Amino acid sequence: MKFYQTGSFAAGNRLLPLEQRSVQADAQRTNSLNSGHRACQGCGEALGARFALDAAMRATGGDMIAVNATGCLEVFSTPYPETAWRIPWLHSLFANAPAVATGVAAALRAKGRTDTRVVAQAGDGGTVDIGFGCLSGMFERNDDVLFVCYDNEGYMNTGVQRSSATPPGARTATTEAVGPEPGNVFGQGKDVPLLAVAHEIPYVATATVSELRDLEFKVRYAMTLRGARYIHVLVPCPLGWQSASADTVLLARLAKETGLFPVFEAEHGEITGVSKIRRRVPVEDYLRLQGRYRHLFGTSPRPDIVDRIQAIADRNIRRFDLLDDHSEQVSSAGRGERGP
Amino acid sequence: MLRQLEGSRAVAEAVALCRPEVVCAYPISPQTHIIEEIGALVKSGQLVDCEFINVESEFAAMSVCIGASATGARAYTATASQGLLFMIEAVYNASGLGLPIVMTLANRAIGAPINIWNDHSDAMAVRDTGWIQLFAETNQEALDLHIQAFRLAEELSMPVMVCMDGFILTHAFEAVEIPTQEQVDAFVPPYEPRQVLDPHEPVSIGAMVGPEAFEEVRYLAHVKQLQALDLIPEIAAEFGGTFGRRSGGLVSTYRSEDAEVVVVALGSVLGTIKDAVDDLRDQGTRIGVVGIGSFRPFPVAAVRDALAGSRRVVVIEKALAPGAGGIVATDVAMAVAGLPLQTHAVIAGLGGRPITKSSLMELFRLAQSDLLEALTFLDLDRSLVERELERMARRRRSGPTAENVLRDVGIVSARVT
Repeated sequence: MKFYQTGSFAAGNRLLPLEQRSVQADAQRTNSLNSGHRACQGCGEALGARFALDAAMRATGGDMIAVNATGCLEVFSTPYPETAWRIPWLHSLFANAPAVATGVAAALRAKGRTDTRVVAQAGDGGTVDIGFGCLSGMFERNDDVLFVCYDNEGYMNTGVQRSSATPPGARTATTEAVGPEPGNVFGQGKDVPLLAVAHEIPYVATATVSELRDLEFKVRYAMTLRGARYIHVLVPCPLGWQSASADTVLLARLAKETGLFPVFEAEHGEITGVSKIRRRVPVEDYLRLQGRYRHLFGTSPRPDIVDRIQAIADRNIRRFDLLDDHSEQVSSAGRGERGP
Repeated sequence: MLRQLEGSRAVAEAVALCRPEVVCAYPISPQTHIIEEIGALVKSGQLVDCEFINVESEFAAMSVCIGASATGARAYTATASQGLLFMIEAVYNASGLGLPIVMTLANRAIGAPINIWNDHSDAMAVRDTGWIQLFAETNQEALDLHIQAFRLAEELSMPVMVCMDGFILTHAFEAVEIPTQEQVDAFVPPYEPRQVLDPHEPVSIGAMVGPEAFEEVRYLAHVKQLQALDLIPEIAAEFGGTFGRRSGGLVSTYRSEDAEVVVVALGSVLGTIKDAVDDLRDQGTRIGVVGIGSFRPFPVAAVRDALAGSRRVVVIEKALAPGAGGIVATDVAMAVAGLPLQTHAVIAGLGGRPITKSSLMELFRLAQSDLLEALTFLDLDRSLVERELERMARRRRSGPTAENVLRDVGIVSARVT
């Protein structure tokens, strides 16, 4: 069913019953992350964090504590003596947010205050790289923490360096667009959502900031469960992706619609649902909007590398069964035919 | 009640009497027996309202304590050596956030070469982290210091590390007086945090501080340490009144009133030193001992007062600052600056090397005869060192030092006396 066409397949909030409307549409919304913070224009992480934490606040009636790893989100939200947080919020270090959250949850349990819930959050560096030891430990012990990773595919806070979430071919300051294999190498990187699934924790989900209602739903559902829960949110970064600030939501949508970022849910080690691609687009449409892939196009184009990225998307589509009868196929608008 | 207990067990019981709410640790020798015992006390239900968490690293252990303490829970962990270094980023963070975590440090050497035995390298490596560092001389004092540590930490809102010599204390069985729950409850009131993560009164903890205020924040950390200089003796005195024995405090003195030579040390080696001093006193030597109970804050005035009448100060320390020399000796020299006395650093007992009474007697005689150098390595096997130095001079690719020296030593177990 389509409600009305916005070019995004988004359903107008006013057409929905009250209980299904976005938390953000509510005049009484909580504003966990208040306006006035110092995120860049078009920051996907600020958008994702606001929706995720407001949804968590609504789910818990505001009875929650947030733990934050070092990173963009921490820096732009708490420039001393200001803070954008309207919830109890603790930042300790870059690598330890999952363990700090375990400590918060343990303290609440010891005090018999288990109604108060714990959410931890970090960027991809604090999650998939430096924080992964603590994250895996928190998963393995099934500590009562919802961990949200805002994945912008690199170390943006320190000036756009490669993380193990940086996709192949992407230019970063440590994977420059030079040499015969420009950008990040192929065959490396870490799929932490699937690693979370392998820990067989109660709930794992991926989401993007293009489908914020989906993110809200997943956060709300996660808060109905106890134990370790993980939500991995793709958050485009205009600075690091060298994209237009206005394209953040569009890029998040294209990441999903190309198949490059599979959106799925899993419970106790089993994938329970995937968000089907509604209008399949070639990866080129996604890549061309980002300066970090500029070296693949232009005067010395690298269609071979674009093909390799397309192959990754195709594999995801097969692996997660991302197409169904309703999926449309769209060929690239500006894309010339390539020979076999 | 007087009981014959292993040092680790005594500490575990003392910690349990302080009613911790979150205990979190990662095993490392020689700390293991402490956390094993606390784990059993929690699992069996003897220690109630306490979460015992087995984590994947020391870094996580301290991080869990940080989260727990910021949420208003009394938090405890224990570690040693490499484990302490692995958690060091969180060790700084705990003090920076002003969280009154108590940690036992079962002092052990740091590698490479890997070595599980006792010295103070680990404690010295974190002397500038902003934690209070107390050193126990005996198992009884280790037990008592933990009870004082929770009081001290929570009154000042800063973390306290109780250092006890690995194996020498942690694994030694001694008679210790275990206080009653009522006594400890009266001495350690429930934890009332200064700032807490509470959904009803939300605060942001751990904000960024720039150059406009960072120096002031660090200065205040120093001021807090100086406040501890007043509080440590107060708490120790109150402890003495309540429990009927002297434990803790900034410094302890032994036969030092009229001493010409004063030996300064930390931890369990003070016992051996006192034995040697007794013998030398019997022979008419005017020698005494000053034990440093609080290394951080460093009790400059108390050390100066205790050493003011002497002519020569010999600092025995179980750690080395390569390229500089003594670590404790540097602080002692600062304390006695301007006084007409000579200080000597003696590096001893590294990596578990026994510090024998006979070696100490010889050392103190040299000091008495003005023959002791400014920096000495007790019982250093010069021939072993010379052989390796020759090898290195002869051949650039002379191989790894540790393995070369071990080959020269031969079968180690046959040589430990």
